[in-house]
Amino acid sequence: MTVETQFAQFDSLDLDCGETLAPVTVAYETYGTLDHRQSNAILVLHAFSGDAHAAGISKESGKPGWWDNMVGPHKAFDTTKYFVISSNVLGGCRGTTGPSSLNPATGRPFGAGFPVVTIPDMVRLQQQLIRRLGIRRLLSLSGGSMGGMQALQWAVAHPEMVASAIPIASTHRHSAQQIAFNEVGRMAVMSDPDWKGGDYYGSSPPARGLSVARMIGHITYMSDLSMREKFGRRQRPKEEISNGFDVDFEVENYLRYRGGEFVSRFDANSYLYITKAMDNFDLTAGYGSLSAALGRTRARFLVVSFTSDWLYPSYQSQEIVRALRGHNLDVAYCEIESNYGHDAFLVEVGEQTELVKHFLSNTYKKVLAA
Amino acid sequence: MTAVETAARKAAAGLLGRPDIAIVSRLVEPGSKVLDLGCGDGALLAWLVEHKQVEARGVEISPECVRRSIAQGLPVYQGDIDKGLADYPDQCFDFVILSQTLQQTHRPLTVLREMLRVGRRAIVSFPNFGHWSMRLSMLVSGRAPKTGLFPHEWHSSPNIHFLTIQDFEELASAENLVVERCIFLSGSRSLRWRPNLLAEVAVYLVSRSGIPG
Repeated sequence: MTVETQFAQFDSLDLDCGETLAPVTVAYETYGTLDHRQSNAILVLHAFSGDAHAAGISKESGKPGWWDNMVGPHKAFDTTKYFVISSNVLGGCRGTTGPSSLNPATGRPFGAGFPVVTIPDMVRLQQQLIRRLGIRRLLSLSGGSMGGMQALQWAVAHPEMVASAIPIASTHRHSAQQIAFNEVGRMAVMSDPDWKGGDYYGSSPPARGLSVARMIGHITYMSDLSMREKFGRRQRPKEEISNGFDVDFEVENYLRYRGGEFVSRFDANSYLYITKAMDNFDLTAGYGSLSAALGRTRARFLVVSFTSDWLYPSYQSQEIVRALRGHNLDVAYCEIESNYGHDAFLVEVGEQTELVKHFLSNTYKKVLAA
Repeated sequence: MTAVETAARKAAAGLLGRPDIAIVSRLVEPGSKVLDLGCGDGALLAWLVEHKQVEARGVEISPECVRRSIAQGLPVYQGDIDKGLADYPDQCFDFVILSQTLQQTHRPLTVLREMLRVGRRAIVSFPNFGHWSMRLSMLVSGRAPKTGLFPHEWHSSPNIHFLTIQDFEELASAENLVVERCIFLSGSRSLRWRPNLLAEVAVYLVSRSGIPG
């Protein structure tokens, strides 16, 4: 299945910080067909570094989407039954307006002049896209990590538009540890002299800082066990051993490779803006408590976490579930046994498919019966 | 009908073949709100949803059973029933079911009290440790009894709080519970005479104060 990223333009978007972006572009893809009652639409939400290309083979890059093992014909999000939408987040660098976009007022990239954006801002832009596509209510929303935060925000801020939500390996707000790792990543970017206060477009980007930030990220996405199994203390071939500070271990090689690869596809300023949006996100804001916030939703929930995920530990998912249970809402929760750490939500396909597929078909039945 | 639905139906048929479950399923009123503690793969709940249109919730500790329950469309929470009920508001269920699990909980009394805090009625079934075969086995062998009802070695048994029908009656009375129904089973037969000696399994429907209707 070859897919092409599409672009929708909106006149303006009012932001939480008080500023207004005008105009705003959203990159998005769709898979499957919207039914005549517009009742089978599902929005999938990417994690921190993802993009609109969730499934199929990109016409542009020839690569499969970031959730291609979950979204497609007869997969968990079955595109023969459902109409699946995926879009790049506000502040991103993969087609949606972000700090690397041209500022219409100056004709130059926004850089650090881009307004601070929030998870609720991202969701309001997605809401404009959903309306543009002629959809009044989503059958479901799903995403891992930051995608799960957006799903929660949707369910609380726009309860009338959400029939169900599937937040995976996510949280209603970052802990000190999660903020700490993001801060180290941001400091790595900003301490690279090439960052130049965010005004590096047209010259060399802060590649070293961004790649170090990504290396740290990858450590937090794995687990002690998955790293032991994948690399152990395995060394590079003898003739390549440096006897110095070059790459000696496979794990070093892997992290450097991942860091370098990330630089070629991600904008350093987007890194700063999006990680900050994640850190600032707090679902309880304006409601007083998690219980009060989630008391607004009438959606069914499937909440999933993974045993070895220490970046978004299961207790964070359980907090969400407990608050939903406090309102006796329709919520299912499963902690999947996995060694893959936070990466599990992209890797553990079999069990997630079983859960998601049946949860969705049941939700669809209920929606059609209502 | 999908393969999962067929499997669920089969599982329900098998489970409801278990006489205590069959009785539990009869005690639940149509259209009620039901919480099943230790719901396994969700067979009883799925049966109740289909045949009695209940609003179902479940708690189960085994991840595999949770997955199978969710696959049947049931809102099941993966957690421990010993501490899992605290989040529910008071009296939000019509029936809270605990089938053959009371003897496996760490704090049976807390669980029982919690059941009647979150639910108007509790349905509790348990294997009767006072059955004559248990008494005889202990008397003759001088070892922790091993019978069809309690087949495990003492060191690997999930059953940690052994109770008899007499024990439950006394607890119910001490807790001021109203026993609305009690059914005693030997195999698939129900019996009335000397249940503490002759019944293998007991099923109780209890509430805090007699609920009219």
